[in-house]
Amino acid sequence: MALANVLQSESVDFSNYGRKCRGFSSSLYETELGLESVGGDNLSFAVRTACSDGDGPERKIQFLHGTTTLAFKFQHGVIVAVDSRATAGAYIASQTVKKVIEINPYLLGTMAGGAADCSFWERLLARQCRVYELRNKERISVAAASKLLANMVYQYKGMGLSMGTMVCGWDKTGPGLYYVDSEGNRVCGDLFAVGSGSMYAYGIVDSGLKQKDLTVEEACDLGCRAIYQATYRDAYSGGQVNLYHVHSEGWNRVSQSDVLMLHQQYQNLTDQ
Amino acid sequence: AIMFTQVYGDNGKMKEYHYTGPVEHRFSPYSFNGGTVLAVAGEDFAIVASDTRLSEGYSIHSRDSPKCYKLTNTTVIGCSGFHGDCLTLTKIIDARLKMYKHSNNKSMTSGAIAAMLSTILYGRRFFPYYVYNIIGGLDEEGKGAVYSFDPVGSYQRDTYKAGGSASAMLQPLLDNQIGFKNMEGVQHLPLNQEKAVQLVKDVFISAAERDVYTGDALRICIVTKEGIKEETVPLRKD
Repeated sequence: MALANVLQSESVDFSNYGRKCRGFSSSLYETELGLESVGGDNLSFAVRTACSDGDGPERKIQFLHGTTTLAFKFQHGVIVAVDSRATAGAYIASQTVKKVIEINPYLLGTMAGGAADCSFWERLLARQCRVYELRNKERISVAAASKLLANMVYQYKGMGLSMGTMVCGWDKTGPGLYYVDSEGNRVCGDLFAVGSGSMYAYGIVDSGLKQKDLTVEEACDLGCRAIYQATYRDAYSGGQVNLYHVHSEGWNRVSQSDVLMLHQQYQNLTDQ
Repeated sequence: AIMFTQVYGDNGKMKEYHYTGPVEHRFSPYSFNGGTVLAVAGEDFAIVASDTRLSEGYSIHSRDSPKCYKLTNTTVIGCSGFHGDCLTLTKIIDARLKMYKHSNNKSMTSGAIAAMLSTILYGRRFFPYYVYNIIGGLDEEGKGAVYSFDPVGSYQRDTYKAGGSASAMLQPLLDNQIGFKNMEGVQHLPLNQEKAVQLVKDVFISAAERDVYTGDALRICIVTKEGIKEETVPLRKD
């Protein structure tokens, strides 16, 4: 499996706790870790249940979740807009998380779900895309990049990875936008919003895209507004709005706006 | 006498009898040993501070178990959570640092250590190290750098971060005093070393007041280009 191959010497498989301790090897990994039901003294994969016993000071390990990310195609490329909040349970762990991962100068990936899962697998995707470039002497297409990612995480389906990402770029067929998640979905589309605040974002973007032929500035404003509205209503989204625009020459970072500033800005507009 | 205390609950009335059925007792590989860690990055320095209390349940195992570990001349890591995993993780990091030094003939930079730690933690994605890590040190340009992690390896560079049991109490105070958040009309003065150290001491004194797992003593490691200086300050022992 991909994870085992990358981290060969550094990790030992402790999940076979009740049985003999084995080292890490690809074939064992496939049979042992997949679908075998774990009983008795063996550790189950749901680490959360193992430490969510009632005994007082035991705490659940909490990973970072919750977000709003969106991307849509329009005539001048792809707009990608994300929030920047990371939560661990009800605690806001950070308001300055980078949820857009720059895979290479013409491909972007967004992050929703488990923060470590997204950043690790997209970093691995960046490595695979670079290997493709070296082998084939040409840039990888958005379809191929998203397929690589989807196939990598499909091997871990059912094991508890949490990742909902959009792979956005521009290749020789024009703008590309794919949604890939840890369940195994991979769909091509013109508009996606992912995360706990996605429903609110969809409302804004759907109504904004009705007008035909947006200019770059109008599209950027729409993306920004959609994320802002989602942060307004979703408790798990907030912080800043990071906006990127992907065009034929690659991507560029349009803006980073604090939600508090945006609130005052939009408030002034409505007051006028 | 024993039977009566079980039959009567706290309010004097008889407790209702519920047959709970067979209860499965599971062995938990984790335990929570408490402790708080804090790191602040300045213009040309970094501070990593931790309390020194090691607890489990209602007991204190040790009053002198600091959670800061020196990695290189320019980097210190603070680890809190499950002490067993903290020890193993720091051993593994030390080993990897040595390997890097032997292969590349130079010490690892703070940024490189952070990236490496992320992959070490993610390698145990399905049986995580129950450790909340914060790395503090100097980057290649000599500026202060703080990197904060979650138990499975998600990380980012910050200016300041609190982790561990009292993190939710410390972080908002740091947001206000260092990040100047939620304050209007205030001049954003850069933090100098003396003020930063004093702030860290004050903030831990507050944490020890209200968090049972934080207290006993405070160990501060100040990282500058001259090296790493350690300071110990007593805290509440109750």
